[in-house]
Amino acid sequence: MTEPKTEPSTASKIGSATESKTTSTLPANGAAIRTKQLTRHYRLGDSVIRAVDGITLDVHAGEFLAFLGASGSGKSSLLNLLAGLDHPTSGAVFVLGRELGRMTSLELSRHRNQTIGIVFQSFNLLPRMTVMENVELPLRLAEVPRASRPARVKEALERVGLGERLAHRPGELSGGEQQRVAIARAMVNRPRILLADEPTGNLDSNTGEEILRLISGINRPSDHSSDGEEPTAVLVVTHERALAEHYAGRIVTLADGRIERIEQR
Amino acid sequence: MKIGDLTELATQNLREALLRNSLTTLGIAVGVASLVAMLSLGVGLQDLINRRLERNGLFDTVLVRPRTSFNATGQIRRNRDFGPDRTNERTNGRADDRKSDDRKQDDARRDPADSDIVSRPLDKDARRELAQLPHVLEVYPEFRFTGDLRFGTAGHLTQVTSLPASASTSDGLEGMQGRFFSAPEAHEIILQADAAADLADSQHLQPADMLGKDLVLRYAGREPLPATSPNSRARDRAANADDAAFGFSIISERISLRVVGIVDAETVASGANAFGRSGAYVPLAVAEELGVVQGNDMGEVVRESALGGNGQHYTNLTVRVERPADVPAVEDSARRMGYAPFSLLDLTRNLRRLFAILDLLLGIFGSLALAVASLGIINTLVMAILERRREIGVLKALGASDKDVRQLFFAEAGVMGLLGGAGGVALGWAIGRLIQLGTNYYLRQQQIPPENIWTVPVWLVASAIVFSLVVSLAAGLYPASRAARLDPVEALRYE
Repeated sequence: MTEPKTEPSTASKIGSATESKTTSTLPANGAAIRTKQLTRHYRLGDSVIRAVDGITLDVHAGEFLAFLGASGSGKSSLLNLLAGLDHPTSGAVFVLGRELGRMTSLELSRHRNQTIGIVFQSFNLLPRMTVMENVELPLRLAEVPRASRPARVKEALERVGLGERLAHRPGELSGGEQQRVAIARAMVNRPRILLADEPTGNLDSNTGEEILRLISGINRPSDHSSDGEEPTAVLVVTHERALAEHYAGRIVTLADGRIERIEQR
Repeated sequence: MKIGDLTELATQNLREALLRNSLTTLGIAVGVASLVAMLSLGVGLQDLINRRLERNGLFDTVLVRPRTSFNATGQIRRNRDFGPDRTNERTNGRADDRKSDDRKQDDARRDPADSDIVSRPLDKDARRELAQLPHVLEVYPEFRFTGDLRFGTAGHLTQVTSLPASASTSDGLEGMQGRFFSAPEAHEIILQADAAADLADSQHLQPADMLGKDLVLRYAGREPLPATSPNSRARDRAANADDAAFGFSIISERISLRVVGIVDAETVASGANAFGRSGAYVPLAVAEELGVVQGNDMGEVVRESALGGNGQHYTNLTVRVERPADVPAVEDSARRMGYAPFSLLDLTRNLRRLFAILDLLLGIFGSLALAVASLGIINTLVMAILERRREIGVLKALGASDKDVRQLFFAEAGVMGLLGGAGGVALGWAIGRLIQLGTNYYLRQQQIPPENIWTVPVWLVASAIVFSLVVSLAAGLYPASRAARLDPVEALRYE
């Protein structure tokens, strides 16, 4: 396997002045994410926990990929490594052609701000902020001009069907609505990759399906091709095989930090 | 993150734990208040003393005296450049000329500065010349003599001092009954309370009844010597052409003066040399006109006969300048003119140093409270990190850099510092005001006129707020760097 090449950015649509520093075109084979023998071991007393144990995987642009596996199989640890929140013990992660391990702390922050969007199981909205302020937060961090932020926030919230709930606080919303706000926040900087860690874990089955439908809509470029938007690769960690089978193009089953099985749908 | 967003988020975060953050900010405010109150008191006291000294003419006056020095054998070497020591000349003749020259060379070696300056007598010409120096407001001599105040059959022997017109604003006249002299040449007198009481008592009057009464001042006056004296010693002197007669007869004189004021103070300072106690004060022009004999006139007679001078010489002259800053220049000019100037400004340098140390100590004590308050900031922010651990993880997951997180906590410390600083200045001002009111109430109870002992200058306000901000930011250093170092995965796991 050849090393992906880093090339000047043409892919990102984010209006920030800093975007070109962290984004690049896809490697020749079109992989948005590539991992090479990725491992993450934790030491717990005398024993070593192999949370991620030599995973090599390509995720293509616009692909919807689901990670399945029992608790402790390494799904969330893998997602943290792909997000650049954690550092691998060995191996490498390439995102849009750039190796995360070679990025500075500041570049990793920009990577998390502009190249990827993250959705958590417990929503992780800031309770003292309104819906609008929560969604605006990544724009503040990206130093997007204040004047253009309201339109961007409104657009992101309308896309998840909450365009009228700008002034509400998270506590005033249902679980499904909060997760929609979290998705809007993850997408407001128009990232190329969406990482979702058990996005339906705290929701009932109907709401969970709604959320996955929403995420699927973000993933499918045909829905938004009219405005020339690039496809968004989606990586979802879930326990729910039925939903994964319904929406994901590929299902990767993990066990003990290794890939047990890959199912192409 | 931009500074506007940082400040907005920091303020929003501070509003979240309102009570705790308010208490921390109040702690800073108390610290700043103690600093402001202490320093404003120090500055106020310094201002008060400066004002007092300036009002008494102690800072803006130069006392000019004739240059006088003594050689190793105690002989007077005054007005050296006006002529050789004639006493020596008379006894030793021309043979001593060489010795005199040698002595001059010795002097030059001993004091090179002196050798270039011509020593001059302090006479009316000198007074006029000094008055023409730049920034000089007035030049006046001081007369102090013993006088006998006669009122009816009663008498009161006391020191009488001349006062220039500018002394009307002197602190010593504060609370004076009656008024200051109506004109520089008015035949009027201001009595010290004890003298007034003594005189009034003899006539069964109250001291205040002395106002408007006429009394007689008896004093020792000069009478010039006749042109040719029948005295044989005078004839002997006349035989020597170089040794003109100088001297005067002392006779008892009297003048009628009207009492216009009664003062409590025994000292009414009117210049750098006016520290002696007096029982009565007369206008300077009147004292000059009297031709009184003063205590040091005997010495003048001896010196003048030795040096062959003529006319009236002053023991010293007080030169009043426009501002204290003009004092050094006038001192230099007087020194170049051949006089020995002296000013209290030199002595007050030590006083100013003392105040600088006092301000420093007050500042240190005031800062201690602020230091304690800064521990409150550290505590509050460390608590905030623990409580907002997950939030920090979320921020990092959304793309906040370590620098963003550090700056956010810095901004929170800064906002608390700014608010605490501003609140502290207001609180310090209020405390100072209370101290001022309390002090003045106490002074009034003690029949003492109120004083302004408290001043909050603009520089103190600005410095206190900046200091509070700096201390708060310094206190925020550790929590901010600790928050920035948080591992996002660990932080997101935190419940």
